[in-house]
Amino acid sequence: MTKKIYIKEAVCIGCHLCHVYCQQHRSQSKDLIKAFKKEPFPPVSGVRMEEKGPVAFSVRCQQCEDSPCVSACLTGALSRDGESGLVDVDLERCVGCWTCMLVCPFGAIKRDSRQSKMVKCDLCQGEDEPVCVVNCPNEALVCAESDGSPDDSEGKG
Amino acid sequence: MTKAKQVQYLIIGNSAGGIGAVEAIREVDKAGAITIISDEPHPAYSRPLIAEYLAEGRPLESMLYRRADFYEKNEIQTLLGSRVERLDLGEQAVVMESGERVEWHKLLLATGGTPIVPPMEGSDLKGVFTFTALDDAKGIDQFLSGFEKTTPRALVIGGGLIGVSATQALEERGVAVCIVEMRDRVLNMILDEEASALEEEALKKAGVEIITDHTVAKIVGDSDGVVAEAILDDGRSVPCELVIVAIGVRPRTELVTGTEIEVNRGIVVDLQMATSVPDVYACGDVAEAYDFVYGENRLSPIWPNAYVGGRIAGFNMAGHPCDYPGGTAMNSSNYFGVDIVSAGLVMPPDDTYEVLSNQCDEYYRKVLLKDGLVVGLVFAGDIEKSGIIYNLMKDKVQVETFKQSLVADDFGLISLPEEIWRSHLEMPPAVD
Ligand SMILES: Cc1cc2nc3c(=O)[nH]c(=O)nc-3n(C[C@H](O)[C@H](O)[C@H](O)COP(=O)(O)OP(=O)(O)OC[C@H]3O[C@@H](n4cnc5c(N)ncnc54)[C@H](O)[C@@H]3O)c2cc1C
Repeated sequence: MTKKIYIKEAVCIGCHLCHVYCQQHRSQSKDLIKAFKKEPFPPVSGVRMEEKGPVAFSVRCQQCEDSPCVSACLTGALSRDGESGLVDVDLERCVGCWTCMLVCPFGAIKRDSRQSKMVKCDLCQGEDEPVCVVNCPNEALVCAESDGSPDDSEGKG
Repeated sequence: MTKAKQVQYLIIGNSAGGIGAVEAIREVDKAGAITIISDEPHPAYSRPLIAEYLAEGRPLESMLYRRADFYEKNEIQTLLGSRVERLDLGEQAVVMESGERVEWHKLLLATGGTPIVPPMEGSDLKGVFTFTALDDAKGIDQFLSGFEKTTPRALVIGGGLIGVSATQALEERGVAVCIVEMRDRVLNMILDEEASALEEEALKKAGVEIITDHTVAKIVGDSDGVVAEAILDDGRSVPCELVIVAIGVRPRTELVTGTEIEVNRGIVVDLQMATSVPDVYACGDVAEAYDFVYGENRLSPIWPNAYVGGRIAGFNMAGHPCDYPGGTAMNSSNYFGVDIVSAGLVMPPDDTYEVLSNQCDEYYRKVLLKDGLVVGLVFAGDIEKSGIIYNLMKDKVQVETFKQSLVADDFGLISLPEEIWRSHLEMPPAVD
């Protein structure tokens, strides 16, 4: 069963903490202040905020069942785990060609231009729960199993 | 005579298309015997990465498209470094260069493309290369290692994707490069004028010389038969020791010429990736498959289309009917530090198309519309949200009511009609 992070737009106030905690999680020091003020290269967050008037939500990789990014990957760096459904990147093999970006229906893939590597949400592997979900003050994020219904992923191809 | 080998699935071509097919086959048929043939001696590698091989000697192990145990794990027999000489469609067999026969029930032609080398005086000199296979990159690498004291100069014929890719690799090796492009700008097949200009600026900044609107008439060698200069069509001489011919790739259809298999520019396939002959399929650079932007069959020689087409072929070969959703031209690059993506049409063919664009210091965005549908895009600089537009194009979403937002500064999923982003990002109502 595939897990993914859903948004609850009705209770999101656009506080950006999901974005901030993601960045912290991806930093070397794992320290909020150090990550933002001291590390020479601020880590790239796997989350993007979108806001328009009172509407706000965050966007990250949806671990699509048909994962167009995996099909498009030129090097084989991207793969989708048959069991967990997690779309994972082998950074050793990512060369930053950005083909994944061009096919992502969510625009959920980010660039680490300095290292020429793509950045995406991996649901915080190794943590009990993704840090953005844990730290959302309004419980506007839910990490849950998806039933793989067509609504959950782009049209099968 | 030795007894012919028999397999359920025979795949010619061990690259994006071939691998897509065998992965799909193994998803639905764990047992059927699969053989994959290639005249290249290597396990499947990422072809675009030959540039990294040339630039920095990237080892083959980190160029592999699939892990080293892929063939063994999936019980796929390989015949690598072996060329198929001809098809025997009547007997459902292929004949190898060695004379060996392999019989098949289902055949996939994933033979890719061949670099075009125009008849030109001097094209057989030492120091003239094409750039489409790992062994080309190895050959160039070896040739360069022959220069100890001097730094060679290179002439790249053709400013397309392969030419620019080779140029970047050579520049990284410290080789001075001059690109000669027949048309008026580099990357003219995949970019519009604005994005080409951005790329040209970056190329020039890196020290690359670009000569447009000209072509090479002949290559002249020295007394050892090694490249010494190229003579352009206006008589100009460009001194160089290395020439890369990168004017294009054409479908490698040699196996099907003279057979009943229908060929237009490439092998014509239907939505199941089946050719006009039963049990024979084709995909990738060799095939002319459905293009969802043009609404007709077209060549679209890019890696993702080869892989996806291969998967569709594989499912159909294994008796699981499914249709190719179609592909289209689509490219992403960061040559010389400029991030550029493009897909579909990049220039409006006539004035029935609408062009939306927005250019500032940080980015360039252009979207092409026809009757309220997206039919093409070019993004440079900040390209992260280009995929949203690409998918509006692929899903044929009517964008008339929000089209201005597509190139706006704050464009995002939030710019789309609410039901689109809600249905994708919110938890679906509980079902049981
Ligand atoms: C330098 C370079 C950069 C590129 N960059 C990009 C990029 O950035 N993005 C992108 O999308 N695409 C890129 N491409 C294009 C991409 O590599 C091709 O679209 C893709 O490789 C097509 O895959 P395929 O499986 O159809 O064929 P190929 O990869 O061409 O493989 C076909 C294989 O079949 C073998 N073969 C053919 N005939 C026979 C025979 N008779 N017997 C035995 N074996 C045979 C060939 O030797 C070859 O190994 C690039 C290509 C090059 C060369």
